[in-house]
Amino acid sequence: MAGPIYAADGPGAIRAVPLDGLVALFHRPSGMTHIVAPPAPQILEALQEGPADARTLLARIAAVYEIGEGSAEAIEARLAELEEAGLVRRA
Amino acid sequence: MRHALNVAIGPVSFRVGSAWRSPVAALAGLYRDYPAPADEVCDFTVRLEPEKPWRRWLRPSVAIHGDYMLPDAAPLSLAHGLLAAEMGMNLQMALGQKRFLLLHAATVERGGRAVILTGESGAGKSTLAALLGERGWRLMGDEFALLDCESGMLHPFPRAISLKNGSIEVMRKVAGEGRLGPVLEGTPKGTIRHLKPRPEAIARMTEPARPALILFPRFGADRAMRPVGAAEVFVRLTQASTNYVALASRGFDSLSGLVATCPAMAIDYPDADTAISLVEALFRELPQ
Repeated sequence: MAGPIYAADGPGAIRAVPLDGLVALFHRPSGMTHIVAPPAPQILEALQEGPADARTLLARIAAVYEIGEGSAEAIEARLAELEEAGLVRRA
Repeated sequence: MRHALNVAIGPVSFRVGSAWRSPVAALAGLYRDYPAPADEVCDFTVRLEPEKPWRRWLRPSVAIHGDYMLPDAAPLSLAHGLLAAEMGMNLQMALGQKRFLLLHAATVERGGRAVILTGESGAGKSTLAALLGERGWRLMGDEFALLDCESGMLHPFPRAISLKNGSIEVMRKVAGEGRLGPVLEGTPKGTIRHLKPRPEAIARMTEPARPALILFPRFGADRAMRPVGAAEVFVRLTQASTNYVALASRGFDSLSGLVATCPAMAIDYPDADTAISLVEALFRELPQ
């Protein structure tokens, strides 16, 4: 069964600056700054292709990055955190 | 206001008005060698007024007012009027400054390159910056580092240095009695005396410098140093900034630019000589 579909704000809503393996994000709509670890920046990047569930996002990320087993669960968990932070929302 | 003083400190001008003569007179003494602002209209206004009208005479109590206000700022006794004036100037900067990202940090400069000393209150950054300012460095400021959002340069803000408790005697020995302001005893931060920066620091107060090194000094521990990762530096500096949130994306761009270009180290030191030798050594190792 497909999980919930998530969406992110469009291009330009987030500025991202890598900092020693972590990434500082400035979310323009909220004015909030977040420090996130992989795969959160990759999830946000993958959502720029359009709303998707965790499994679709995993496929999009896997097309660009090498990812290990158990990543679908990790992406579900990160999506829940990003939703809590206001960086993604249910589509 | 009955008594007033206009003063320029670095790129910022203040008009400090007071219902009493003494705070303005003390401030005028400390800032005698600073230039008057070029413009009649100052960037920020500080007003020191009686908490209640009758309190101008009866147990005088100084409330700090200005363009930007904190609703519950506690009034100070008139004996601490100079401190009230300084706090008022800090408050206007902290709440109202839009051109610069303000970091609660001391800065010193040599050869056009600046070292930012930041950390919690009581970490010893003011005293360390004051000592460096007597040993061949230009003191740019002991309270606020002003990061220009457009150019990425640091601008000086060389106020009189606020020395607390044990630091007062240390600096009196180094700089002499003549550069110290009146003794303010029993303030919320203990005993305070202000130290006038050296004439060169005042003469060059409009000259910015390129940030080169960020240090997190900590007084009272054995000599040690460790590099601080960029993400930790970024977070600590957002906490050390008074206007990061207000500047929104300009603040983010300025701060991430600073963190990306400057190495950062935490240094622990048991005494001033150790601190100075650490700063000198780290500065020498910087790429040219």
